[in-house]
Amino acid sequence: MSTIVSLPDQSTATLPKVSYLNKEYGLKSWLLTGDHKRIAVLYMISITLFFFIGGAMAALIRLELLTPTTDLLAADTYNKVFTAHGLIMVFFFLVPSVPATIGNFCIPIMVGAKDLAFPKINLLSWYLYIAAGIMMICVLVFGGVDTGWTFTTPLSTHYLNTNVVSAGLAVFLAGFSSIFTGLNFIVTIHRMRAPGMTWFRLPLFVWSHYAASILMVLGTPVLAITLVLVVLERTIGIGVFDPSKGGDPLLFQHLFWFYSHPAVYIMILPGMGVISEVISTFSRKRVFGYTAVAFSSVAIAVFGFFVWAHHMFIMGISNYSALVFSLLTMLVAVPSAIKIFNWSATLYKGSITFETPMLYAFGFLGLFTIGGLTGVFLGSLGMDIHLTETYFIVAHFHFVMVGGMLMAYLSGVHFWWPKITGRMYPEGVSKLAAVITFVGFILTFFPQFILGYLGMPRRYAAYPPEFQVLNVFSSAGATVLGVGYLLPLLYLTWSLKYGKIAGSNPWQATGLEWQIQSPPLTENFAETPIVTHEAYDYEWLANKTRNEVQTVG
Amino acid sequence: MQHFISPVLWQFLVKWLTNFAIFPPEASSIAPYADALYFFLIFISVIGLGAVAALVVTFSIRYRQSRNPVATQIEGSTLLEATWTIIPLILFMITFVWGALLYFRIYSPPPNAMNIYVVGKQWMWKIEHPGGQHEINALHIPINRPIQLTLISQDVFHSFSVPAFRVKREVIPGRYNTVWFEATKPGVYHLFCTQYCGTLHSQMIGWVYAMTPEDYEAWAAGSTSGHSLAQNGERLFASLGCNSCHNGSPNAHGPNLAKVYGSRVQLQNGQFVTVDDAFLRDTILNPTLHQIAGYAPIMPTYQGQVTEDALIDLVEYIKRLDSDYRIEQTIDNSASQPVQTGTTPAGTSAPVLPPGTVKQ
Repeated sequence: MSTIVSLPDQSTATLPKVSYLNKEYGLKSWLLTGDHKRIAVLYMISITLFFFIGGAMAALIRLELLTPTTDLLAADTYNKVFTAHGLIMVFFFLVPSVPATIGNFCIPIMVGAKDLAFPKINLLSWYLYIAAGIMMICVLVFGGVDTGWTFTTPLSTHYLNTNVVSAGLAVFLAGFSSIFTGLNFIVTIHRMRAPGMTWFRLPLFVWSHYAASILMVLGTPVLAITLVLVVLERTIGIGVFDPSKGGDPLLFQHLFWFYSHPAVYIMILPGMGVISEVISTFSRKRVFGYTAVAFSSVAIAVFGFFVWAHHMFIMGISNYSALVFSLLTMLVAVPSAIKIFNWSATLYKGSITFETPMLYAFGFLGLFTIGGLTGVFLGSLGMDIHLTETYFIVAHFHFVMVGGMLMAYLSGVHFWWPKITGRMYPEGVSKLAAVITFVGFILTFFPQFILGYLGMPRRYAAYPPEFQVLNVFSSAGATVLGVGYLLPLLYLTWSLKYGKIAGSNPWQATGLEWQIQSPPLTENFAETPIVTHEAYDYEWLANKTRNEVQTVG
Repeated sequence: MQHFISPVLWQFLVKWLTNFAIFPPEASSIAPYADALYFFLIFISVIGLGAVAALVVTFSIRYRQSRNPVATQIEGSTLLEATWTIIPLILFMITFVWGALLYFRIYSPPPNAMNIYVVGKQWMWKIEHPGGQHEINALHIPINRPIQLTLISQDVFHSFSVPAFRVKREVIPGRYNTVWFEATKPGVYHLFCTQYCGTLHSQMIGWVYAMTPEDYEAWAAGSTSGHSLAQNGERLFASLGCNSCHNGSPNAHGPNLAKVYGSRVQLQNGQFVTVDDAFLRDTILNPTLHQIAGYAPIMPTYQGQVTEDALIDLVEYIKRLDSDYRIEQTIDNSASQPVQTGTTPAGTSAPVLPPGTVKQ
């Protein structure tokens, strides 16, 4: 039961003559494509754009918070900036990040299919995303919106005169884009697996996307209807959330978090899928406890639906419902812990190398562990009273979303970059970027835990002067982090033309996507693959390479 | 030294060394309990993170490819899976129970707590003491005495947070929320609005002045407006015409309100409810939703006619109606008014309540 994997010699690799990238040319061939790989690329370009818009907002926030007074941005501008940062990063980057790009690209290939089940719905989902994105940019250009990304009523419905309705509708549209992606994944995974690709031969990436897709399809409609209610309340005053008309403002919190807590798992589960693939590949070893990791994804998805009221512990929900929600929150932490330990154990007796995706994955392990454990602080009822609505919670969700999800996304982008483009990224500078990102991240967000325990409230444009030192650390860290994010943008673009040619399987990974040419054919497989091995079967891979002549190009 | 480095950096260093908070003051009876849980959580986090880091670092060194070129394929281990399911589960359950106990401690006020009303509005805190002291963005309290706050917002969601006391409560339009604390150290502490509430959210801040009982008495005597909340309520009760029905006579159209606070009343639908602040407020605004058994639903709604401050006055008045059949009651406010002056409105000077119950 042992395997030796040596990376192939890339100097002999050549780019294939025909691939999905050069089969057709012209803007029209991209904008009207049904090819999941092309749509993935479209998504990747769009979410990168939104990531840097959101990032610019973050830069403004950190610059304003360098000093205790409102000297760079006026209070209402600051409110618009953090609202834009939240809305763009959550709905236009994090939710579509891994699923709509890497998921879109890899899931059909991983299950051995030619495309997703509904290619046109897949394209429609990108168009909805773009329409929503243009709407959101218009919202920002024509005066912005300052509700916070949470649209809290009655502030959003009665007290603000900014573009709340159009921002709400933009998120509504983006929600449908996410529903369509989820629907497509669920049907594809159920119906389009290649012969022999049983559920327990699926890569864990597919499992975690399956779990996330269920959340997308069941959760997002609730957000959509909530936003419609906010719009109706604002325009014609239906009064669902208005206490003076017999409505209940807490109802909005229940409805909003019924989506927005599972949304956290929509964001993180696909990232966990990336980490499973990367850690297995670079330790040349099957993922420790495959079934445990697969079922923990499903457990997270199921429990994730029943913890929403932990956002409302201080809002005056009954003490006994608070007890139930706190208990369930503790339970949802367990599957995450299981995953972390399984990934760590995967390294045991592996044959580990430290390419960039692996470095990002290590970053994920550390930061996600901190993010998850501080989530336990917040899930604990009495502790939550002091910590909620402070910088502690800001630090917590940035550790999970940025430290976890963004690290996973970058890990995945580097890992599948050779497959997507056919070329390698430059290894040295990308390792540097991974380390810079990690250091910058810790420096930015760790001081915010201390600020939170001191009681510094979130969403403050001005703050008491004794909090300045920690805020300066945080802003300094954000600068480093900014460099860490700009570097990949530069060298990945550079590598499109100048990167080394990758060949079909530069990592000697076991997934079906690595057994076909890079970049793949439009129809992925020349002939339908017949799957006879489990995921992460390195012995099968070794036999295959021994017996077959690798044809490249 | 400052000649050798940039002035900005020098300023920063000075600030770092002199004005740098790292842990909030522990100034309430709750704070040590909250901090104990916090340190426990930090402890298990360090253990957890340490365990993961140790595994990753050790394996990365021992099984790096140059040292271990051959990977050994391992399926998994049910025993290990069970271990790292059960140990975190136990730790999380301990955290759950501990956190729940703390939560119930923070949100269950002792019965003898002194009540203060807080109205949040964009963007200020209005504090109303029963003795007639009105404050904006400041809260004066005595130490070593449980204080219960009854909080309501007259517009959007706010949140009342005093980090030094480790307490926080959402302030919501349309419903009374409560929170309590007992300050233990005299001092001046931050008061924050922590729920985003619009443009000047970050200006909705104030100070909590925790004072020794003597200082507090002096402050209360010197800061009263001269009219207790209940006295204001009494005037409102008359001017809104409440007393035409709630006049205490046996054939009145409305229930007798004397001693109604804290009692259990039966509603038209047969339910029994205990009359508390929230119930009184709700029945003034939506009388027919809480129709008392035996009375016709003729009371008009006062929605939109009474401000939250006025509602507090009315609630405070009804709470103190303690004697039979006479609505034109009088309140003893000698506790908050050290010198009885002639400014007290006519008919409000004869005390009918036992002194101990009104002294706030």
